Amino acid sequence: MCLGIPGRITAIVDEQAMLAEVDVSGVRRQVDVLCVAEPGKPLAELVGTWVLVHVGFAMSRIDEAEAQETLRLLASMDELAGELDTMRNSARA
Amino acid sequence: MQFVKEFRNPHLAEALLAQINLVAERIGRTRKRPVTVMEVCGGHTHTIFRYGLDRRLPANIEFAHGPGCPVCVLPKGRIEDAIAIAHKPGVILTTFGDAMRVPGGSGSLLQARAAGADVRMVYSPLDALALARANPERQVVFFALGFETTAPSTALTVLRAGAEKISNFSILCQHITIIPTLRALLEQPDFAVDGFIGPGHVSMVIGTEPYAFIAQEFKRPLVVAGFEPLDILQSLLMVLLQIEAGDARVENQYARVVAAQGNRAAMAAIARVYEVREACEWRGLGQIAGSGLQLRAEWSRFDAEKRFAVLPHHLADQEQCRCGDVLTGRIKPPQCQAFGRACSPDHPSGALMVSSEGACAAYYEYHGVGEAA
Ligand code: SF4
Repeated sequence: MCLGIPGRITAIVDEQAMLAEVDVSGVRRQVDVLCVAEPGKPLAELVGTWVLVHVGFAMSRIDEAEAQETLRLLASMDELAGELDTMRNSARA
Repeated sequence: MQFVKEFRNPHLAEALLAQINLVAERIGRTRKRPVTVMEVCGGHTHTIFRYGLDRRLPANIEFAHGPGCPVCVLPKGRIEDAIAIAHKPGVILTTFGDAMRVPGGSGSLLQARAAGADVRMVYSPLDALALARANPERQVVFFALGFETTAPSTALTVLRAGAEKISNFSILCQHITIIPTLRALLEQPDFAVDGFIGPGHVSMVIGTEPYAFIAQEFKRPLVVAGFEPLDILQSLLMVLLQIEAGDARVENQYARVVAAQGNRAAMAAIARVYEVREACEWRGLGQIAGSGLQLRAEWSRFDAEKRFAVLPHHLADQEQCRCGDVLTGRIKPPQCQAFGRACSPDHPSGALMVSSEGACAAYYEYHGVGEAA
């Protein structure tokens, strides 16, 4: 029940009511975007943004740069492990 | 980027497991007792079992499955309250799917529906509000449950109902908060958990600051984690590295979704609509002071408890049920006498067996009955 799913905002449905349409892996659904809207800015700016959708509400914007950073860290750790392996093997040889 | 499959990469999972093994081995050189890391959130429990992460851990590292599944900690008496309301004439009672199967004293909401009550499953509280708009002659009640993740959604729905002056909508509020509960756990003298994997989606609402006391006062590390397997393994590694270094800090592995300050709009909605409920009962854990939310007086016209004048039911947990010991990490599910016998996903007697986020149901589904802990 606490699982949120990433989705991309595809259109604004009702600016006044703060409702937008979100595409969640091919499924379209209306969500409330009040929690991710920037006060004073038109909702249209949200179109194309990735958000975390939870029980009909967009609860957080997903930060792509942070996601890349996490993956970069994991990849570099993997490289280091690979290098250590090579070192170990060559030491044995 | 889809933000899902990238975090399920099996190759990177193996690399993380290799690192976890290295750190565990180093920790094991100086420490006899295994390291227990509690994943607070039921969503994490589900990922751990679904991907078999618990089976891949080194011998001296263990997961304890925490209390962060709102369905699992729903007290029986509260289900009875919901059933009593559902049976009132003209009522449509709505709630999330998971809540419908939780056994109360006289059965579940699903059974109440079979007995003639109009009980309906909704995906969102907004769907319940839409039902109220579409059925002005009926009373639509939303049985609201969940932690800080879901509390803003209910609050925003109440605010919307207020703005639209909808008079046939109300909520039965069973929202609970995780911070007082973590404190209550940590204050138990035999609480043997060394570090925490923190709830990602609660944190996207409340931010990371509220956990500071866990590090400062109780000297345990906590890493806020995402819900994919790589997220959990990376967070576990971060917790272990802190333990190895003798550190206790709050870290955030899930920065792509969780901002340190949380979500201001969501917190504002919570503050506007709710106040702290004095006494709040948890299934398996008993009363935890200050851990529940109720509607503020100014929103009492949307409070189903007041509208239907239900007297809260209180029902003790069954004696053979050891849900509380599982929730606090004292035992693993199969050590409960009822596990797989009196209690199974088809006939749950404890709430941890109901939801796929419950430790017992996850254990049953992915490990089977025969396996000892
Ligand atoms: S097996 Fe059933 S009764 Fe026992 S702890 Fe798990 S949910 Fe509770």
